[in-house]
Amino acid sequence: MHARHIRKERLIGWMFASCGTLSICVTLGIIAVLFWETIHFFHVVPLNEFLFGTKWTPLFSEKKFGILPLIAGTLLIASIAMIFALPLGLLIAIFLREYAPPRLRRLLKPVLEILAGIPTIVYGYFALLTVTPVLQKIIPSLAGFNALSPGIVMSIMILPLMISLSEDAIHAVPEHLRAAAYALGSTRLQVIFRVVLPSAMSGIVSACILSVSRAIGETMLVTVAAGMRPTFTMNPLVPVQTITAYIVQVSLGDTPTGTLEYSSIFAVAFVLFVGTFVLNIIAQKLRHSFRFSYA
Amino acid sequence: MHKFADRMFITLSLAALMFTLLMLFALLVDVFVDGVTRLNGQFLTSFPSRKPEEAGILAALVGSVSLITLTAAIAVPLGVGSAVYLEQYAKRSRFNALMDINIGTLAGVPSIIYGLLGLALFVRVLALDRSLISGALTLSLLILPIIIIASREAIRVVPTSLQDGAFAIGATRSQVIRRIVFPLALPGILTGIILALSRAIGETAPLIAIGALTYIAFLPDSLSSPFTAMPIQIFNWVSRPQEAFHANAAAGIILLLAITLLFNAVAICTRNHFYKISAHCS
Amino acid sequence: MLLRQGRRCFIYYFMKNHILLITPFFLISACTTTISEEDSAATGSSHMMEDAITGMVTIDGSSTVFPITEAMAEEFQKKHPGSKVVVGISGTGGGFKRFCRGEISINDASRPIDLSESTLCRENGVSSIELPVAFDGIAVMVHPSNDWVDFFTVDELKTLWEPNAEETITHWNQIRPEWPDKPISLYGPGVDSGTYDYFTDVIVGKEGVSRGDFVASEDDNVLVQGIASDPNALGFFSYAYYQENTHRLKLIPVSVIGNDVSAVSPSPETINDGSYAPLSRPIFIYANTDALGDRTVSAFIDFYLDPSNAASLIREVGYVPLPPELYLLVQERVQKRITQSLYQQEGAGDMTLSELLHSGRE
Repeated sequence: MHARHIRKERLIGWMFASCGTLSICVTLGIIAVLFWETIHFFHVVPLNEFLFGTKWTPLFSEKKFGILPLIAGTLLIASIAMIFALPLGLLIAIFLREYAPPRLRRLLKPVLEILAGIPTIVYGYFALLTVTPVLQKIIPSLAGFNALSPGIVMSIMILPLMISLSEDAIHAVPEHLRAAAYALGSTRLQVIFRVVLPSAMSGIVSACILSVSRAIGETMLVTVAAGMRPTFTMNPLVPVQTITAYIVQVSLGDTPTGTLEYSSIFAVAFVLFVGTFVLNIIAQKLRHSFRFSYA
Repeated sequence: MHKFADRMFITLSLAALMFTLLMLFALLVDVFVDGVTRLNGQFLTSFPSRKPEEAGILAALVGSVSLITLTAAIAVPLGVGSAVYLEQYAKRSRFNALMDINIGTLAGVPSIIYGLLGLALFVRVLALDRSLISGALTLSLLILPIIIIASREAIRVVPTSLQDGAFAIGATRSQVIRRIVFPLALPGILTGIILALSRAIGETAPLIAIGALTYIAFLPDSLSSPFTAMPIQIFNWVSRPQEAFHANAAAGIILLLAITLLFNAVAICTRNHFYKISAHCS
Repeated sequence: MLLRQGRRCFIYYFMKNHILLITPFFLISACTTTISEEDSAATGSSHMMEDAITGMVTIDGSSTVFPITEAMAEEFQKKHPGSKVVVGISGTGGGFKRFCRGEISINDASRPIDLSESTLCRENGVSSIELPVAFDGIAVMVHPSNDWVDFFTVDELKTLWEPNAEETITHWNQIRPEWPDKPISLYGPGVDSGTYDYFTDVIVGKEGVSRGDFVASEDDNVLVQGIASDPNALGFFSYAYYQENTHRLKLIPVSVIGNDVSAVSPSPETINDGSYAPLSRPIFIYANTDALGDRTVSAFIDFYLDPSNAASLIREVGYVPLPPELYLLVQERVQKRITQSLYQQEGAGDMTLSELLHSGRE
């Protein structure tokens, strides 16, 4: 009787343990799959052409495998997004924490959650069919597919993330620092800009980094609105192609296992994975150090 | 002087807030105006067609529902089980810290990479082809970290005093989990599950990567059947230049947003309501 | 006791207060089951009325042929409820790769199968029947506000699209000095597209060879959108997609000789009689011979090649149907299971489609 209970307990324990190791298996699976195909890729394509070449034409007869155009496209759109999202997000976060009455904050939180929950294909629709035509009236030479329109819409998309993380960072600054500053006769703005923000800086930087990581990994918005032409440019008015959009482009046409084109999507996905991984680790480390400095 | 600077700052912040709300409003109104006329019984019960006025979202709607149901059936037990293991069985150690980083990383991986993993593993290696089960498995991998994180948070706040009390009167670990931890953590776990599913229903990229973008004019009838889903159908319609198809896309978006909002609302209500109930019972 | 009470209390409260939460899930699953049941009921009744056309036909391939296949699939499924037709758009090349692996029953192709593809099929034991289904023209177009291009010569197109033009030919006045000094934005189908293969073959001179710096998409719709919104755009794709969007694009006549008198605009007439040269061509579907054993697949092929369906549906989606007598020849290819490609015959390069079909009757 007792022995049966122990066996049952152990069985249940093993059941849970196997679930627990699942997430490690997933991570290892992702790394293994990406790495495996990337190795195949680099058997054919030299590493320095991949990293430093400025032409990406792997699907054409004259194949060139320089990833810089894709990275340029990705970073261009992410930068445009951050140019708008950083000041807006920070401003709103400060406002919500330092100025807004609690009722307003309670009202706005669900609104931000709604914004965060909108599927990204909806943003793609908005960018292509509404924002681009409006921008074309302002900038007549704007092409139908460009980097500016998805960049602006992407800033709206990452805004909730930016706001909520910055708000956490500002909230975590202990009240006694503020109280001390007020006691010395500072105005509210002085407290914000000279005490709160510098103290919350690592948390805010972490928020920025996570927002950039999210922007880099975004797929549907850029596939629909940014175009399919890998160009090594910083001009936001022409079609570009991001890493994620390239993966979609190849996935739309069939690519059999074992071909160079197939492994090229894994090679660029590997770069994407490493990029977001590094950014996320840096952001997490910053957040941890930030929290512990006020423990 | 200070008052002026203060007021300037408030005005600037309010302007920023207004801009954001305006964009959100513009997006919702735009989609609504474009699509509401299309949203009728015919649209909801028709299959895709080359004629925009005859095209409907039925196959995509049923596909999405089937996909989410399957995904939930796979991801929920695995995710909650994972969380239970990490919080209840695994000792506080370097292993646990490693898992924190691991799961945090997985949560930040772009969704298209999960699609590629699904393509390589489920479609190619396991030869499941572009079927409902491939899609469900891929989406399960995607939302697994979200469920794990939310469940861990929920389990962590169950008071250890209750658990210790149960151990003291001779309960085994599985009994403690089943009768104390789980019921009390259920609101948080449910909230996490609902939010994860609401994310899954809107995901397009992983499904495109496994090859689900096709013309489908029938309902999926088995696990190995080809399928389509609402975000994919919307993407298909957005890509067509005729304006009439854009109206279809907008109508599809209204439906998708309604479902997503419903999920989010349910999650928030669950979270709020249950914390009152569990206060009664414990 | 405390534990038992807790659990009972909890579940009781859960059920009582949240019946509203749970109901939607039950409703949705009930609806889904009902719909699937209705579907199988319909299948059941048609099972009794006809000889069970309830199988699945898997099709993939060219996005040029897609509108025709989509229309055929739609009408076929209306006629035979319970049948299932799946149509993908991986591009002609992508579709052939799947076809030669035996993954699909029919491949839509906007160019004939080439040597490497037939070799691959043979290696995998897949034999196919080549079935021309319609004529198509490749249209060259620009944005409606473009008022300087009146026609293009084949040589000018070659200068613009050959590999050496990459990064070099970037402005309109490099093609013809009297044109403005504005940048050119190029749009075209991607490399898996049969349209791309055919265009490069007849314009650049070698199939699959072109410059790489243009917006490439297998999806002709994306190209329409791109050109229609870019004042400096120039692109090429199937004439049928132009027909759907005439008010958003400007069509450019093409001349072989090199003057505006001989420039021909694509239209159903000029495509049919071949005067829109060299950019008019037949488009095909390829049927897997083994798949033809399936009742549903063979019924679908018969439906596709029926001259009365072809005349209405093909014209509706903007392509040019073959003359009715040619459809009978194509149907004969199915009946006789003729697996050799029309274009692998002797002297195929100079024959019209009608001549090829007649001489390919074995």
